[in-house]
Amino acid sequence: MLNIRQVRKVFNAGTVNEKIALQEINLTMAPGDFITVIGSNGAGKSTLMNIISGGYLPDQGTIEIDGKNVTKLAEHQRAAFIGRVFQDPMAGTAPNMTIEENLAIAYARGHRRKLALGVNAKKRKIFQEQLALLDQGLENRLKTKVGFLSGGQRQALSLLMATFTQPKILLLDEHTAALDPKRAQLIVDLTVKIVEKNKLTTLMVTHNMEQALTMGNRLLMMHEGRIILDLPQEKKQQMTTKDLLQAFEQARGGEAFAEDRFILA
Amino acid sequence: MGVAINGAIEQGLLFAFLALGVYFTFRILNFPDMTADGSFALGGALAAKLIIGGWNPVTATLAAMVVGAAAGAFTGLLTTKGKINGLLAGILTMNALYSINLRIMEKANLPLLREDTFYTMIQSLHIPGIGVISGEAIIFLVIVLLVKLIMDWFLHTDLGLDIRATGDNSKMIRSFGANTDRTTIIGLALSNAMIAMSGAFIAQYQGFADVGMGIGMIVIGLASVIVGEVLFGSRSIFRASLAVIGGSIVYRLVIAVALRAGFNPSDLKIITALIVIIALTLPNVAKGIWKKSSKAAKGGKLDA
Ligand SMILES: Nc1ncnc2c1ncn2[C@@H]1O[C@H](COP(=O)(O)OP(=O)(O)OP(=O)(O)O)[C@@H](O)[C@H]1O
Ligand SMILES: [Mg+2]
Repeated sequence: MLNIRQVRKVFNAGTVNEKIALQEINLTMAPGDFITVIGSNGAGKSTLMNIISGGYLPDQGTIEIDGKNVTKLAEHQRAAFIGRVFQDPMAGTAPNMTIEENLAIAYARGHRRKLALGVNAKKRKIFQEQLALLDQGLENRLKTKVGFLSGGQRQALSLLMATFTQPKILLLDEHTAALDPKRAQLIVDLTVKIVEKNKLTTLMVTHNMEQALTMGNRLLMMHEGRIILDLPQEKKQQMTTKDLLQAFEQARGGEAFAEDRFILA
Repeated sequence: MGVAINGAIEQGLLFAFLALGVYFTFRILNFPDMTADGSFALGGALAAKLIIGGWNPVTATLAAMVVGAAAGAFTGLLTTKGKINGLLAGILTMNALYSINLRIMEKANLPLLREDTFYTMIQSLHIPGIGVISGEAIIFLVIVLLVKLIMDWFLHTDLGLDIRATGDNSKMIRSFGANTDRTTIIGLALSNAMIAMSGAFIAQYQGFADVGMGIGMIVIGLASVIVGEVLFGSRSIFRASLAVIGGSIVYRLVIAVALRAGFNPSDLKIITALIVIIALTLPNVAKGIWKKSSKAAKGGKLDA
């Protein structure tokens, strides 16, 4: 479904601020794969997401989605295949527009925008059904501006907007990190429910080791622009967060991990 | 005073197209578009020139809108494809338009004496007025409301939602497949079409086009938008666009009163600037006072 070959990304090349964010990344995802990604700060996780979505173009290497080479496509051109939820609950929705207007924008993904009303009775019914799945009572607040929702509600809405047109790839970048534990759990549960129901090929960045181990069927660990560990389901299942930390220390040559914001439970 | 109020309402309605255009860029697209001064005069210049050349006033006004749209699209191209800062892109177009407008007019002032204009056409209908609202003003009102309703509808279409989201959260709308370069260009084109329409109407209303007629139009448009929002609210697009029209009329009434009170026409620009400054700072100042007093109240509690 996703095929990344020899991708390299350098920021500020040739200046004192040069930063190699990704070096020689290779990654293949089978349809339905749900990969969790962990790694220290600045490891290149977000950059990898942005390279896949088209937010950044790679300096080198190719990206294929579902057999189609998208390496040179702009972000909005790739959006037909990719759903995204960002870390910042503000980032995935338009705050001054209503819930139903936000959903209408998401609903139009992959279609050419026409001069027809964005929200009509038929779509409103679909929106209500989908919102009901979130269990947040949002189905009765279609005309509320999204800016009035709580962070958790917004993130739930973002998740719905990112997924209900069944993208080929779903990218989640620490999408629960800005929420309190209770709401974060709620979004985690929703994520699992939605991904399983739609069999979405998913790449999820998290700093929560427990999440990384319990969710998905494969785990990647990144460090300094490289994938340093790639655990298949069988191995991942047997691991504890302690094992994972140990593996992490080993992989990066015994360096201390104290400065990293890992969450063990 | 009756005549002055009469005229203020008529002008307010014709300048309302300008206000709607400014509302579109500043509020919907969240883009500080400086093209307006140029495209307003462009509309007036082109319409006057075409009418003198024997064009029907309606087609001349439509042509002014098309050319205004092109001017807006040009600013849009500069900022999206040329990556020029948005403010500067508008200023560049505005400056270029000054030369273009002179080329169109061939002199600094084009009188429309004894020409058939859309205003003389409406006058010849002899529509009875209602109180201070003249028969002509009623026709203006109908046209303004029509444009307003079309704009309201457009902003609720799929394309319109994309344009609004471009102003609200451009990162998000790109992740849903909208080309924000395209939405920005379309938005600027539509806004400047309305602004050029306003210029075309004003030229015909006052009976001449002048190369300087666009100077200060952005600020006047902004004054109308802000005054309208403060007075009449902006909860929905429907409400806000209506408020903007109201703001344009109120602005003209304030100006008429100021002139009555003995101010010179040359003072109008500073009066306009003051209106904008007051309308922009008043809510913040009020908030500040409220905060201070609530802090004082809290402090009082702590002391107790
Ligand atoms: N736009 C940019 N310009 C310059 N440097 C950048 C840019 N984006 C990222 N970087 C750098 O690239 C490296 C990788 O950053 P990235 O955001 O991908 O890390 P991350 O793994 O997501 O980290 P975190 O866990 O903190 O979110 C960092 O050193 C970062 O400073
Ligand atoms: Mg990151």
